[in-house]
Amino acid sequence: MAALSTIGLTAEGAAMLLDARAVSCVELAEAYLRRIDAVDGDLHAFLRTHPEETLARARALDEGGRSGIEGVPIGLKDLFSTRGIETTAGSRILEGFRPIIDADVVEACADAGLISLGKLNMDEFAMGSSTEHSAYGPTRNPWNQALVPGGSSGGSAAAVAAGLAPWSLGTDTGGSIRQPAAFCGIVGLKPTYGAVSRYGVVAFASSLDQVGPFALNVRDVALLLSIIARNDPRDSTNVGLPAPVELPEAEDLKGLRLAVPRDQLDAGVDAGVAALFEATVERCRALGAEVSETTLPHAGHGLAAYYLIAPSEASANLARYDGARYGLRVDAPDVHAMYSETRRAGFGAEVKRRIMIGTYALSAGYFDAYYGQAQRVRTLIRRDFAKAFEQYDALLLPTAPSVAFPFGAKLYDPLAMYANDVFTLPVNLAGLPGLSIPCGLADGLPVGFQIIGPAFSENRLLAIGHALERAIEFDPVPPRILEGRG
Amino acid sequence: MSWEAVIGLEIHVQLRTETKMFCRCPNRYGDPPNTNVCAVCLAHPGMLPVANRVAVDQALRVGLALGCRIPARSKWDRKNYFYPDSPKAYQISQYDEPLCAEGSFTGVRITRAHLEEDAAKTIHIGGGDGRIAGSGASIVDFNRCGTPLLEIVTEPDLRGGAEARRFLTLLRATIVATGASDCDLEKGSLRVDANVSVRRSGDEELGVKCELKNMNSFRFIERGIAAEIRRQAALLEAGEPVLQATLHYDPASDSLSVLRTKEEADDYRYFAEPDLVPVEPSPAHLEALAAALPELPLVRMDRLRAAHGLPDATAESLALTPGLADYFEELAALAGDARAAANWVMGEFSAHLNASGSDPHASTVTPARLAGLIALVAEGAVSSTGAKQVFAAMIDDPADAAALTERLGLGQVGDTDALGAIVDEVLAASPAEVAAYRGGKVQLIGFFTGQVMKASGGRADPKAVQSLLRERLGG
Repeated sequence: MAALSTIGLTAEGAAMLLDARAVSCVELAEAYLRRIDAVDGDLHAFLRTHPEETLARARALDEGGRSGIEGVPIGLKDLFSTRGIETTAGSRILEGFRPIIDADVVEACADAGLISLGKLNMDEFAMGSSTEHSAYGPTRNPWNQALVPGGSSGGSAAAVAAGLAPWSLGTDTGGSIRQPAAFCGIVGLKPTYGAVSRYGVVAFASSLDQVGPFALNVRDVALLLSIIARNDPRDSTNVGLPAPVELPEAEDLKGLRLAVPRDQLDAGVDAGVAALFEATVERCRALGAEVSETTLPHAGHGLAAYYLIAPSEASANLARYDGARYGLRVDAPDVHAMYSETRRAGFGAEVKRRIMIGTYALSAGYFDAYYGQAQRVRTLIRRDFAKAFEQYDALLLPTAPSVAFPFGAKLYDPLAMYANDVFTLPVNLAGLPGLSIPCGLADGLPVGFQIIGPAFSENRLLAIGHALERAIEFDPVPPRILEGRG
Repeated sequence: MSWEAVIGLEIHVQLRTETKMFCRCPNRYGDPPNTNVCAVCLAHPGMLPVANRVAVDQALRVGLALGCRIPARSKWDRKNYFYPDSPKAYQISQYDEPLCAEGSFTGVRITRAHLEEDAAKTIHIGGGDGRIAGSGASIVDFNRCGTPLLEIVTEPDLRGGAEARRFLTLLRATIVATGASDCDLEKGSLRVDANVSVRRSGDEELGVKCELKNMNSFRFIERGIAAEIRRQAALLEAGEPVLQATLHYDPASDSLSVLRTKEEADDYRYFAEPDLVPVEPSPAHLEALAAALPELPLVRMDRLRAAHGLPDATAESLALTPGLADYFEELAALAGDARAAANWVMGEFSAHLNASGSDPHASTVTPARLAGLIALVAEGAVSSTGAKQVFAAMIDDPADAAALTERLGLGQVGDTDALGAIVDEVLAASPAEVAAYRGGKVQLIGFFTGQVMKASGGRADPKAVQSLLRERLGG
């Protein structure tokens, strides 16, 4: 047979090929590894692959017999601890660090018979919206290599969009799954806080971090969610999902009460994004949903609150990286100089900035005005959402105010970079699930449509996403890839 | 000028649990360095704490024993500080919502008692006087890192070193009784810091306080506090200010040295620990814990006083050593004479335990055997002096008290004929004393009694001797 193409191949599709014995697990894995070899030199979605381990697992499944989703490859954000395999979180300071445990999500994937292809690029410690803050160089956007893929899980999104993996896992602290999914024209889900274990996930902001899936369509996202959302006693904040994940079948939105929090759009949305967003809202009506308008009066303060809470938690979470026990160490005449030199060399500018902000916000005399006030705002935002969900089944917003932007466009303007997450981070502050699906192209670039629901309403969001996806018929394969360029 | 000291204590107690506070490593003292460690307590990236339920229960037991109010909800906080003994660079502690709120113990108000994790053990070697600055290397043993720790804070209700020592002695006995900790100062499972200030007697306002760190015996705590009170009083007497500081007490020289001053105080940047959920003990759970507590030393002290008529000092001393108190109560019940039982337990029996280092109930002198001896004394079958020899023999000889008395020839000479002969001999040998007695020096009865006892080899019954003497000497 002709060499298997991984471009546009979904996880469900790959499993069907395996079921039909059209390919073996080894052949499937080799196809992805070949694709990575062919294009990732330019794309830089993966920080590292481990072909021997990948093929050994594939061979074991071929020999031992497989069924269902077993044997389908996956890519993992480099934020997840992988036993014996270097895990850097995109930072120099963890260079060479080989965890002694697997993150729960890594274990869950292995339990399900998924085969890891490698570790995906990301903004350092998941701090960023463009993957330009990776200490190992940025990932490019498969739709246009002059543009960023979004971030922080840029590698996870780009790999799926470019056919380097059928699906992948990322994390979302303020939009780090949904925004890169939007920029790369694929589907991404940020689950409810507590649905997926954070055990072994290198911490950025512990009260906001959540692991979630990237895939080419909503059904794959649902399938991967069903694998990773499980109860893990090693994470006290984890509860799993109250009901099993349902593979979405919905073709319409009849009986659903949806709402657009119109006040949020005042933050400013690019014209092309705004037009596609309104068109998609209309499509919801056409599919039978009742769509209203509502407000989230305090969500506008979400950006300010987020940039106090997340850096504060990060300042504590990152204080352990000192060169003493693992990762990078820069030798120096005495221990204090060793700490300073290691951190100077090991942390990038954005990470240093956030450590400084967080340390300041928690300091005696400033705590109440900054961290304390931000927590009060967070409570108000939670209440805004809770009130809206008394009347509506889900809220609709653009995923990001713009399409993918060029490298360097916001790199030296942190506030502009932060503003890119204005529609996603209130969802993290409230601990809610948010799904981003592609809703069309603006100037040839994908635009994300975000569906936000109450806590643990993942099945509802997946159903809405699925019905919309069927109606929109978005083709997630970038034209330049179809044309054989990349 | 008269001065008054005001003292508050901060007490750290390592809790007795199988595993550490937030991971499943063994909580065990004395193992080879860095053997009880895992990715969680070494703070590898992405590792998460899981609160140890047994540790929470142990802390609740102590809180209940100290009369603390147990709030329906308490939460965890991060206390940020950067030091080699803290691999996360923060300690998980409880800041504004402790597990145990206000209580009262021996009249001293308890401010709070909260759970936290112990730090690793660090030793700085190669210069630097044991401090990290200037040292050649720092050696860290992470076995202790993450040990469950209960910090008990008192209000400044103590007024002197001796009072503090008594409070700590009773507190330790109470915590040990709950089973929550072995409270061993030498192993560091009990550590005490004292906040001491001095003010003019009668003043309401508190003076400037200094903190005495980590004194390793109750005796040194008492002496350290006393030395600090003298130091502050002397400063005030001389019209000089007391500067807030943390001090180290050196028992060898009975002097204090400054570890650091207030200007160097840390900012711990506390905030709620996002990796843990609040602790919410149910009323039913608290009731069950309280019901399962053993009789606590203060309660036992009252009961020993009331039920057995023991003097305060004896009751306190027994209540502080539960094994000995158990022995006493068993003995008192068997012997039917609490006073005699207390005398034996506090006297010969305690001396025997000290000498042999054994536990009361491991002693070969069981309560039943000792009760047998007490009965012999009560019957007059052996003198109290003879009984001490019998007791000494009982330690290594399993025979009963009566048999040992017989074997040692300590049976009391009770029959009047034999005793009469000895009395006659003694009187014949001391004509001058007999004359003096008859002349009115009746206190010489003691002299004659002693002589007869001596002549009988201690076997005579003193009561019988005295009545015979009076008969012979003609009243």
